[in-house]
Amino acid sequence: MDILGLTITTGAVIATLNATIRQAIPITLGSQSGLLSERSSIVNIGIEGMMLMAAFSGYMMNSYLSGSDISTFADDNMRLGVCVLVGVLTGGLMGLFHALLCIRYKVDHIISGTVVNILAAGVTGYFYNAQTETKGKIPPLISNPWEKGDFLYNVGAVLFDKDIITYLTFVIVGFIAFALFRTVWGLRTRSIGENPRAADTLGINVYRLQYTNLFFSGALAGLAGAYLTLADVGVFERGMTAGKGFIALAVMIFGKWHPIGALMGALLFGFLTALQSQLQFFGIVVPHQLVALIPYAVTVIVLAGFVGRARPPAHVGQAYEVE
Amino acid sequence: MATIAKSGTVKGPLVPSIVTKIVNSLRDLSNTLLIPALAILTAILVGSVMILLAGRDPIAAYTGLVEGAWLEPRGLVQSLLKTSPLILSGLAVGFAFKGGLFNIGAQGQLIVGSVAAAWAGYAFSGLPSWLHIILAMGAAALAGALWGAIPGALKAYSGAHEVITTIMFNFIASRIAEWMISLGSADGKIPPGPLADPNSGAISRTRPVLESARLPVVFEVPPPSVPNLNIGLFIAVAAAILIMLLVNRTTFGFELRMVGLNPSAAQYAGVNVKRLTISTMAIAGGLAGLAGAVQTLGINGYYEANQSLGLGFDSITVSLLASNNPLGIMFSAFMFGSMDQGTTRMQRSGVAPELILVIQALILMFIAAPQIIRWLYRVRVSGKGGQKLSTGWGQR
Repeated sequence: MDILGLTITTGAVIATLNATIRQAIPITLGSQSGLLSERSSIVNIGIEGMMLMAAFSGYMMNSYLSGSDISTFADDNMRLGVCVLVGVLTGGLMGLFHALLCIRYKVDHIISGTVVNILAAGVTGYFYNAQTETKGKIPPLISNPWEKGDFLYNVGAVLFDKDIITYLTFVIVGFIAFALFRTVWGLRTRSIGENPRAADTLGINVYRLQYTNLFFSGALAGLAGAYLTLADVGVFERGMTAGKGFIALAVMIFGKWHPIGALMGALLFGFLTALQSQLQFFGIVVPHQLVALIPYAVTVIVLAGFVGRARPPAHVGQAYEVE
Repeated sequence: MATIAKSGTVKGPLVPSIVTKIVNSLRDLSNTLLIPALAILTAILVGSVMILLAGRDPIAAYTGLVEGAWLEPRGLVQSLLKTSPLILSGLAVGFAFKGGLFNIGAQGQLIVGSVAAAWAGYAFSGLPSWLHIILAMGAAALAGALWGAIPGALKAYSGAHEVITTIMFNFIASRIAEWMISLGSADGKIPPGPLADPNSGAISRTRPVLESARLPVVFEVPPPSVPNLNIGLFIAVAAAILIMLLVNRTTFGFELRMVGLNPSAAQYAGVNVKRLTISTMAIAGGLAGLAGAVQTLGINGYYEANQSLGLGFDSITVSLLASNNPLGIMFSAFMFGSMDQGTTRMQRSGVAPELILVIQALILMFIAAPQIIRWLYRVRVSGKGGQKLSTGWGQR
């Protein structure tokens, strides 16, 4: 098929869509992490660090269990399940750490997030040993049921052959969207983001809810990190999150603090990133560095032109003092 | 006498008031320095535990750190060379914070500054040295200012938050710079970047800066060491003093601080918040651009990919550590520059350089949350408590 002089093949389309999903998963999870935190009136610029720390701990656990002779972990699913759990818990603990600094010690949220980011870069870089090996990453959950040559095979190549975290991400976004706007927890969370004093007056334990939500916020960033080392890349590298945590924040604002909106933003960003890596296969010859900046430029343009003055939760970034 | 015993202070003519003043200011000074000192000490102790966990010797590691950074002329000069761009980029973050803006974009502003300085440094020949240096520094400041002003304008007129836009601008700047110095494809279909050095072999970098644009040396290190101390450090210190005067002694600075504390009140009082936002970001960007120039004209002599990797983010910590005080930034930049320099020697005792990041993060945490230090050491210090920086997302 030729569009605008470009040769577009089915294979290139499938590769682009698959790369879109791959790129979008950690950013989506990160944006949901930021959302839970900011809806609870705590700014979280530490997503990057939480992701990195979880990517590291999940990977190190995988490496450790791969070398252990305990029979339980001979099973791949058992081993990788534990590793993902370790990553998620690491993220959760980092979330609680951020909450402790912001709530108990009234540290400026930006400073606390910066501490989390530098600490994660330092600890993971310090303890990382390039000689580690693992028995492999998470396999696809469902394989493509259609035969090659069948048209449906092309659809299946996008829908299937994905790991469990990819599917889980979409479920999580749906769940958060439901819980935030349709449950008591959601109403309370939104209320402490907008006006904690009023919420407190009505008998909501503001601090406890903030700690709980920050644990889940961290856990989501942790899942994003676990995705990177246990499902996507398969190995850990120093600084491998490479700004994904910050892009997740951009995407969250892009989606105006709504879970589905953030998912759409992440997919758009993932698509643009995928497109630039696929452009050469479409037969376009341009310096790749200039193509690589497109996703960032589009993010700025969209943010400035279309989203406009996004309204954050009213109390975000400010410490709340229970009376 | 009874009143003296009760209140513990001496009033009236018994003691000359000047003595009381000195005693009080000394007590204030020890109070302000006690928390940072204990914060650094605690961070170093935690670092020791991490060194022990890795099976190494903390004493040897820290001795190496101090020796490498301070105790040899070569090391000290290197520490100071690393301090100079950090002061300028630290100011870029701190100055924006004074106006209530979180400039994460120092990294990108620094890159465009470096590239502009390199270009102006080799494109104009036959100029007297002083003019060439001013020209190259000016080009860097201008490029950085522009790179800062765009996110500022986007913030002012469309409400796009500067944290997000400056991060995006970091990515964009580094991609453009990579393209400008790229070598092109082997088959010639993609031409080399406009600033690429055709004689560099396989290394992506700009053409070398002419001798007339190199920063003059003020202290020569005894041979065989190459890097000498140049005027970059003095430019940085002068900038810190100028920024301090600008913030504390001018109408612009007053308006800046007013906007930083409460943009709505400032608007109501007649401050043009939009214009102030743009000029704040432009000045911040210009400072970061100068940091890039000091690195290109003073140290490398050309721009190469990733020459300033991480410098922009270090500058955030440098500024936060100094509570965004321009004069304090000089000291925290020196501390960071020294630590960075000392790691090379520290690595000889088998300790990974990332340990420094952990120590820096802990110092920042303890200074931002002094209650932890007070609780750990049971000290009672009258402190301000946590400092307030950000005003949340998009409150103007």
